[in-house]
Amino acid sequence: MYNLLKIALRNLLRYRRRTLLTASLIMIGVVFVLVFMAVTGSVKSLLIGQITDSMLGHLQVHKKGYVASIDNLPLTITLTPKAMQKIDKTIKEIPEIEAYSTRIKFGGLFSNFVETTNIRLNGVVPEMELKTVPLLPTRIIKGEKTLKKGDILIPELLAKGMKVTVGDTVVVIATNKDGSVNGRQFKVSGILESVTGPGGRDGYIHIEDAMEVLRMDQMEISEIVLRLKDFGTLQNVYESLMGTLSQEKNEAGKPIFEVHTWEKLSPFYNIAQMIDIMTLFIKIMLIAMVLVSIMNVMIMAVYERMREIGTISAIGTMPGKILSMFVLEGLSLGIFGALIGDAIGCIIIYILNISHITFNFGRQTGLLLAPHIGVADILMVSATVIVVSVAASLQPAFKASRMEPIEALRHV
Amino acid sequence: MGLITAHNIYKDYQVGEVSLRALNDLNFEIEPASFLSFVGPSGSGKTTLLNLIGCLDTPTDGTLTVSGTDVVSLDRKQRAAFRGRHMGFIFQDFNLIPVLTVYENIEYPLIMVQNVPPEERGRRVLSLLESVEMTEQKDKYPDQISGGQKQRVAVARALVTEPELVLADEPTANLDSKTAYMIIELMKEMQRKSGTTFIFSTHDQKIVGAAEIIYTLEDGMIVDRKDTGGNAHV
Repeated sequence: MYNLLKIALRNLLRYRRRTLLTASLIMIGVVFVLVFMAVTGSVKSLLIGQITDSMLGHLQVHKKGYVASIDNLPLTITLTPKAMQKIDKTIKEIPEIEAYSTRIKFGGLFSNFVETTNIRLNGVVPEMELKTVPLLPTRIIKGEKTLKKGDILIPELLAKGMKVTVGDTVVVIATNKDGSVNGRQFKVSGILESVTGPGGRDGYIHIEDAMEVLRMDQMEISEIVLRLKDFGTLQNVYESLMGTLSQEKNEAGKPIFEVHTWEKLSPFYNIAQMIDIMTLFIKIMLIAMVLVSIMNVMIMAVYERMREIGTISAIGTMPGKILSMFVLEGLSLGIFGALIGDAIGCIIIYILNISHITFNFGRQTGLLLAPHIGVADILMVSATVIVVSVAASLQPAFKASRMEPIEALRHV
Repeated sequence: MGLITAHNIYKDYQVGEVSLRALNDLNFEIEPASFLSFVGPSGSGKTTLLNLIGCLDTPTDGTLTVSGTDVVSLDRKQRAAFRGRHMGFIFQDFNLIPVLTVYENIEYPLIMVQNVPPEERGRRVLSLLESVEMTEQKDKYPDQISGGQKQRVAVARALVTEPELVLADEPTANLDSKTAYMIIELMKEMQRKSGTTFIFSTHDQKIVGAAEIIYTLEDGMIVDRKDTGGNAHV
């Protein structure tokens, strides 16, 4: 094998310019794919982070059927204290969960005593909510960063439309699950900017205030939002939660709870998927690039070295060794291009990181681009290039190995 | 039994719709350790015959036995293996591998064909380098040596596997007269040392005399056989 490799490498060096050009083409492809993956990956995780850490959380638990009716914010599909105990126990048994927050969500009327409009309200325990969606305070563009009883955080959309500002008194009116209407005065403590996706008309009040407005005797939770220590464990935690909670059945034998990851709750997931599809297309382009360039070089090599093939074949070299010789040339070219591409790709990603490039998303400005590429991704891209290089060499190598020595020796 | 036995050998080539007969009913027997030449004008069938003996091609009809093996019945892979075990080749254009040094070119068949252990390889290659007087050039590449030196390397490469038979098709055609004589002398000397059968083709009457046996070919037929004892002046 060493000798075959030696001959393969020397043959590559023999046509230095051609080798360099082909390796450069592979290298450019690898660099492009790595940098693209790093940048889009960074943008994607930043955007996902913005959405999950501002409002959505990583996972949500509801009573079965709630998400199907989520636009109505139903007060009849809620989690009772008994159900909450079960969920609380399950959550505490999963070490990957960092924090969770309980919410009472309802729709109501918002009045500044002159005009009235509708509002979606989240009754939360401020301490739990801040631990679960830590970017929430960054969305408060005016007023206090905390939420006390009797206070309301209102969306900017409403504040502007209703000409309400921090310190103003407003009234929230809502219908409870029994159909009776109740209202309560609140002091506007802060104004929230909206986040892409749900939340454009969402306001926040203390959970006890929500219970009072809705005249709840006991706390009936609409949703539980979970935050994980490591976003990468999302699928595992989801399966673990589902495994436990799906065993809880009602009297009719139907599941009591439903668990959803952020992906099922946010339309942004489609954008994230589009980024993944774009990455896939870029990878396919890389494969085509490597395939065509290596195949072209190897076909040329076989054509130019016909007499050499005839000679080594005549003196008794077995077809398998001739095949290996050419495949090793393609393989070496692929490895060379991939390694240089990996190195340059990593350098470019490093430069992008130290350049502190920022971008805007919705109303979020100055989001820092932090491209990152994992070792597994580098290995996967490199392995793809190497496998494709070998595949591209196979046809010319097979042709060389099948050549009749007498015909090859006659070649001029 | 001879090293090579040919009975009623025919070789036809199809050129378009026309069939051309290159060899016509050849019968001969070659003894081991011969130094033999096929001579004749261009198109007489010398190269075709050497290709058949060298298992690079198969006859249209007839039986051909080399070293006790019916080579006509061998498939492609078996023919390659047979060539590697029993034969060495010297080509008109030297056909050295350009990316290998002189040493590596001679060593090539021992690694790629016969899988000889490194120590034995070194011994054989150095010995042959000395015999063909190329020791000083052993680290040079083919494009750094002269045509005569290239053919010396080719002779060494053909002999390194210790074959029973070395086939040389017009080995002096691309060399000047002086170098051509030197190469033929070298081949003769190597034949004496190793006892290997050397068969070469040529149309150069000046070097033919070096052969112990001379077969003359015309229009694909053997028209003459001379046993000169190899004493003719070269």
